[in-house]
Amino acid sequence: MSLRIVVCVKYVPDATGDRHFAEDWTLDRDDVDGLLSELDEYAVEQALQIAESAREAGEEAEITVLTVGPEDAADALRKALSMGADKAVHVEDDDLHGTDALGTSLVLAKAIEHIGYDLVVCGMASTDGAMGVLPAMLAERLSVPQATLLSELTVAGGTVTGRRDGDAATERLSAQLPAVVSVTDQSGEARYPSFKGIMAAKKKPVEALDLEDLDLDAERVGLAGSRTEVISATERPARTAGEIVTDEGEGAGQLAGFLAGQKFI
Amino acid sequence: MAEVLVHVDHLDGAVRKPTLELLTLARRLGDPVAVFLGAGADAAAGVLAEHGAVRILTADAPEFADYAIVPKVDALQAAHDAVRPAAVLLPSSAEGKEIAARLAVRLDSGIITDAVDLSTDDQGPVATQSVFAAAYTTTSRVTQGTPIITVKPNSATPEAAPAAGTAEPLTVTFGDAATGTKVTSRTARESTGRPELTEAAIVVSGGRGVGGAENFAVIEALADSLGAAVGASRAAVDAGWYPHSHQVGQTGKSVSPQLYVAAGISGAIQHRAGMQTSKTIVAVNKDAEAPIFELVDYGVVGDLFEVLPKLTEEIKARKG
Ligand SMILES: Cc1cc2nc3c(=O)[nH]c(=O)nc-3n(C[C@H](O)[C@H](O)[C@H](O)COP(=O)(O)OP(=O)(O)OC[C@H]3O[C@@H](n4cnc5c(N)ncnc54)[C@H](O)[C@@H]3O)c2cc1C
Ligand SMILES: Cc1cc2nc3c(=O)[nH]c(=O)nc-3n(C[C@H](O)[C@H](O)[C@H](O)COP(=O)(O)OP(=O)(O)OC[C@H]3O[C@@H](n4cnc5c(N)ncnc54)[C@H](O)[C@@H]3O)c2cc1C
Repeated sequence: MSLRIVVCVKYVPDATGDRHFAEDWTLDRDDVDGLLSELDEYAVEQALQIAESAREAGEEAEITVLTVGPEDAADALRKALSMGADKAVHVEDDDLHGTDALGTSLVLAKAIEHIGYDLVVCGMASTDGAMGVLPAMLAERLSVPQATLLSELTVAGGTVTGRRDGDAATERLSAQLPAVVSVTDQSGEARYPSFKGIMAAKKKPVEALDLEDLDLDAERVGLAGSRTEVISATERPARTAGEIVTDEGEGAGQLAGFLAGQKFI
Repeated sequence: MAEVLVHVDHLDGAVRKPTLELLTLARRLGDPVAVFLGAGADAAAGVLAEHGAVRILTADAPEFADYAIVPKVDALQAAHDAVRPAAVLLPSSAEGKEIAARLAVRLDSGIITDAVDLSTDDQGPVATQSVFAAAYTTTSRVTQGTPIITVKPNSATPEAAPAAGTAEPLTVTFGDAATGTKVTSRTARESTGRPELTEAAIVVSGGRGVGGAENFAVIEALADSLGAAVGASRAAVDAGWYPHSHQVGQTGKSVSPQLYVAAGISGAIQHRAGMQTSKTIVAVNKDAEAPIFELVDYGVVGDLFEVLPKLTEEIKARKG
């Protein structure tokens, strides 16, 4: 028995930098540093733990990290490899520029099928688009069950079980493999790459794929194939500096006056 | 006029406020057709019709509760095929977004999530989004397929617009995938008696500055004086001072109330991502340099344990 895990990781602009749009209303990637989406570190961590317990149970396990993104996205793969993943796949193609969620899910699904999988692990949402839709889209495209937004999960005996903290209730979910899961930042701190891990990552294989390798038509991806279109993007005017008072005993009264003036009390 | 499908979010027939907001927004695009799944349709029909539903398609089956997401996708797809709507609107909850995601793949239609406003022009629906922690406002549209749009709570004020909608059965055939993910147990969240965080008009949040679980009583007292919901920063949640279900931010709830009060919260980008679209922002923080002050309409530099109790008393006195 062997457990093949694919972890989807996204390369995103650093949220603490100034994120801007380019003229075609896609992300201006020249302007800001990119990195592995922090929320995908939790996905890598859970994959590592699942692989570790599979190996403890005498099973073989292999983790492939997968990204769809520009050349620099290799940085995200390196980070995941240095955390302990075994190999990486990078889908890169000029025609991918401006791909929407539907297109991204198509490319990811094709790549996942190309790699071969028993379990796909995603983050709960990217830190840029933050749509939180890709895992469900992948499950639909791959025709496998989804168990998403898990804060706790176990994979054993060909079944994934986990806890999903929903808006109104906490649920326990169970699904047969192959399946797609996504994990939240409550699932457990992600490990830091060790020096050994960083050195080892340099020797791990990274497979590069383009649209042709995946037998995908360029018409279906990129800005051309996108089923959504951004019409405008305007920088929100900086909030006009509000009034700030220092409390010297009067702060509460002054704040109450403001709230009353705004009709909140 | 074109019809617009609205997925109804409800708890055993009690329709949640975001759905009423959706019905209000849907009327800008066409005639709202509500899709009600699960038990309690009769209880819900009145309020849905009152808010503009011209038709109410209902389906009930154990699959909706016993299996995750996909049964509802099957139902919405059936409703889509029956109605051929101009758009499908869903609430931007975790579940709403995932139903929307799978429906978009099935229909090969574009999807827009977390819209904060909707309008229409000669090419169809236009959605406004607030992105990059609210640093940008974008407008976008779906160019192919049926526009599938999820809308954040508090994006509109529910307006009554009585319509003729009565419950009519929707025929749903579940596909093989419907039973793929079993819900083996469900524990409903205990009600605090306070308004729902994402729906509340006022939210009072506490952060690391609150200093301990018992001190959250200070936050709760202020919230209660204002009829507000209680929120918390991730630092407060991670410390175990308040339940995760109350976390505001990128990986918690995204809130957009009329008034947001941040007490003892520094204003990290991940926190801002969940509250920056609040209409009015107030902060109490003892550090004048805290980044939260860059966002505020009114800020008090001071100790929250001095300011909040006095404020609570003052509010109670003014409200008489
Ligand atoms: C500000 C902004 C707004 C956008 N709005 C829309 C919109 O309304 N509609 C639309 O169709 N597109 C939109 N896009 C484009 C969309 O973000 C991308 O197509 C994206 O790759 C998928 O959505 P997401 O990043 O929100 O991912 P999410 O669905 O939030 O990602 C969840 C998980 O999927 C995996 N994942 C996501 N992307 C990749 C990737 N490229 N490689 C590997 N794994 C990945 C990761 O595990 C991630 O944690 C937007 C992009 C931006 C930057
Ligand atoms: C992937 C990721 C996701 C995240 N998601 C979220 C999220 O969803 N929500 C979130 O909130 N954070 C999130 N964070 C964490 C975020 O980066 C910050 O660490 C967090 O918001 C800090 O919480 P805080 O402001 O309460 O604490 P701190 O930054 O420690 O600030 C405490 C503040 O309290 C003030 N203070 C102390 N004592 C008093 C007093 N007596 N009176 C008044 N003021 C006082 C201090 O001056 C300080 O400004 C995320 C981080 C990551 C990496």
